[in-house]
Amino acid sequence: MKRLSLLLAALLVSGMVAAQEGTLKKIKDSGSITIGHRDASIPFSYYDDKQQPVGYAMDLCLRIADAVKAELKMPKLEIKYQLVTSANRIPLMANGTIDLECGSTTNNLARQEQVWFTITHFVTANRWVAKKSAKIHSLQDLKGKTIVSTAGTTNIKQITEINGQQNLGMNIISANGHPEAFQMVETGRAVAFVMDDILLYSLAAQSRSPKDYEISKDALSVEPYGIMLRKDDKPFKQVVDAAMTKIYKSGQIKAIYAKWFQKPIPPKGLNLNIPMSDSFKKVVANPTDSGDPAAYK
Amino acid sequence: MHYNWKVFLEMEPGGTGSYLQYLIVGLGWTLATALAAWAIALTIGAVVGTLRTTSFKWVVRLGNLYVEIFRNVPLIVQMFLWFFVVPELLPTALGDWIKQMAPPWGMYIPAVLCLGLFTSVRVAEQVRAGINSLPRGQRLAGTATGLTQAQTYRYVILPQAFRIILPPLTSEFMNVIKNSSVALTIGLLELTGRAKAMQEFSFRVFEAYSAATVIYLLTNLVVVLGMRALEKKVRVPGLIAAGGAPQAGH
Amino acid sequence: MFPEFDFDVIERSLPYLFREGMTFTVTLTVLAMSGGIVFGTLLAMMRLGPLRWLSAIAGGYVNLMRSVPLLLVIFWFFFLVPYIGQWILREPNPVKVGAFTSALVTFIMFEAAYYCEIMRAGIQSIPRGQVWSGYALGLNYWQTMGRIVLPQAFRNMLPVLLTQTIILFQDTSLVYVISATDFFGAAAKIANRDYRLVEMYTFAAVVYFVISYGLSTLVKSLQNKVAIIR
Repeated sequence: MKRLSLLLAALLVSGMVAAQEGTLKKIKDSGSITIGHRDASIPFSYYDDKQQPVGYAMDLCLRIADAVKAELKMPKLEIKYQLVTSANRIPLMANGTIDLECGSTTNNLARQEQVWFTITHFVTANRWVAKKSAKIHSLQDLKGKTIVSTAGTTNIKQITEINGQQNLGMNIISANGHPEAFQMVETGRAVAFVMDDILLYSLAAQSRSPKDYEISKDALSVEPYGIMLRKDDKPFKQVVDAAMTKIYKSGQIKAIYAKWFQKPIPPKGLNLNIPMSDSFKKVVANPTDSGDPAAYK
Repeated sequence: MHYNWKVFLEMEPGGTGSYLQYLIVGLGWTLATALAAWAIALTIGAVVGTLRTTSFKWVVRLGNLYVEIFRNVPLIVQMFLWFFVVPELLPTALGDWIKQMAPPWGMYIPAVLCLGLFTSVRVAEQVRAGINSLPRGQRLAGTATGLTQAQTYRYVILPQAFRIILPPLTSEFMNVIKNSSVALTIGLLELTGRAKAMQEFSFRVFEAYSAATVIYLLTNLVVVLGMRALEKKVRVPGLIAAGGAPQAGH
Repeated sequence: MFPEFDFDVIERSLPYLFREGMTFTVTLTVLAMSGGIVFGTLLAMMRLGPLRWLSAIAGGYVNLMRSVPLLLVIFWFFFLVPYIGQWILREPNPVKVGAFTSALVTFIMFEAAYYCEIMRAGIQSIPRGQVWSGYALGLNYWQTMGRIVLPQAFRNMLPVLLTQTIILFQDTSLVYVISATDFFGAAAKIANRDYRLVEMYTFAAVVYFVISYGLSTLVKSLQNKVAIIR
């Protein structure tokens, strides 16, 4: 009798284990989940003054991790952090180093051939920042000038393509990270830094003299941000999507958003004071993980 | 893992050509950087190395100081100093002019200067070792036949020394080509930098870096064969090369 | 220039620079040196051993590593180590590795090629009579190498091995490109965060200089003590 019940139990357990493949299995087996984060994508994912990764996307990911823990019925789930850059986040997702990438990664159709995204957590646009004294009012004003963007971003790819298509003759520098790129504008090496407007806004606000900079009115594209996860991993995506949808439908998203965009944030207590955009409000009402910019108009 | 070797025929985002052409242009920049730096390194290195073997104590001390400074700071740190720090330390007008220099020249010039001075130290060491490996009798014979110290160097010592150090200089030249890759950290798009950019735009990691590896290997082969031919041409029959203990480094 | 030099930022960031950055650099150097010397000696023995195909493989590996830039090798291993781990451990998914592990594997594999050449020269400089005496006493190849040749070769080559290690110490700064927080990476982070490029990069250069120069002076005095008078 004892043997029979042991056998039944073993079958049950193996059945449950067999149902979890891919990332869920990896998390269950290792007891930990690895979250990829950024060092300076304020306010999404960055280091505070104690060198701890914090941010809007980080808070969302911690809630996703809780949902995974509940789903896998684990008593404890260790959260490991792995610093990533724009340039290496996709390869590190593909090769298994990280399970979730929580930052400011644009969800688009081209990237969906390498990785998957969950529900969009922010909608931004690709703009540029320049010194007011440079008097750059349109893309044509950048003709023949030196501009900078960050390596591995959709922004640098897009501005490179536009440069070729419209024959603007711009010199495009590829910087290793956002602060470095912004410094090139600050020190005068580049005339403009092309990046998502929310990141530009926070960098300018934190700089030594924020009044010197202005962000362009023209937008080069619409960029929906999504938390990345591994491609072709349906079970994991279901858990993550469900967690995100719950956060949106329950209204928790309002508090999390306000914490990072409308209140003082570390390390210097800066208050970005950016209310939820109409495009994002639409996403909250109807959660989507689309990589098509047209879905966000 | 699935491979897509056709990616080399795809256009790179800037529209300048296929990815393969993009990488080959990178090779061009690698060689341009390496050759310019090598010219600087040979000139300064020969002078410093020779001066360190003279009998003027203060000249030798200065030479030693120069060598120690450039030898004990990592190349990437030196690269950053040249690119980020030097323009800030110069008078504002000059510094601004340097910073305004459009890429790629704004990166090329600091990279060449940095790599040139860095390598000049290693050339100086080889020259010094080469000169010191000559029998003392050579120098004494020079003095005995009435030549001044400068003339002894010019007509007796240096011609022999350079032939002796040709093999280690070959590997130094290969090192310059390899070290030029560090310039990607200041934004110079040489071969490794372009392989990295190709990987970022196309997500094809294996293909991009394989191509770069193959190109470096082929360049290596060409350089080694070229230098061997040069050695054969300038070899002095009967002069036994100082084989020497292996030197550390790359 | 100098009145504006902000010594304060250096002072404030000293704990972070040394606790996080220098620890990373030193740990990586020591572990890579150990692994590299072990693997390098193995490669040297393969190259000098009796089996020709083994010698060819070792030779090919060493030549490959010496022909490509270290930066390229860093990028290769950064992306490949998880797949290699998957293949070796027969896991269903690529193995998770952090920046440190990937850097460690890179430097062991890369420096082994250079340590191999040093050890090879060291082994070859031991008079053949030592090897023959070993065989005459009934020892086999591995015992002769292990008990007679390698200890002497190692002692002879110690200064060169240590000089190579100093070069390794400097080369660890290249992990900047995989965003690892070694000493230089830490300095660069502070430089960008606080907009203090001049101060931080100069400070980093000075620290590397002091450590490298100090170590190479120690190696020189060691060289004088260890020189075997034949």
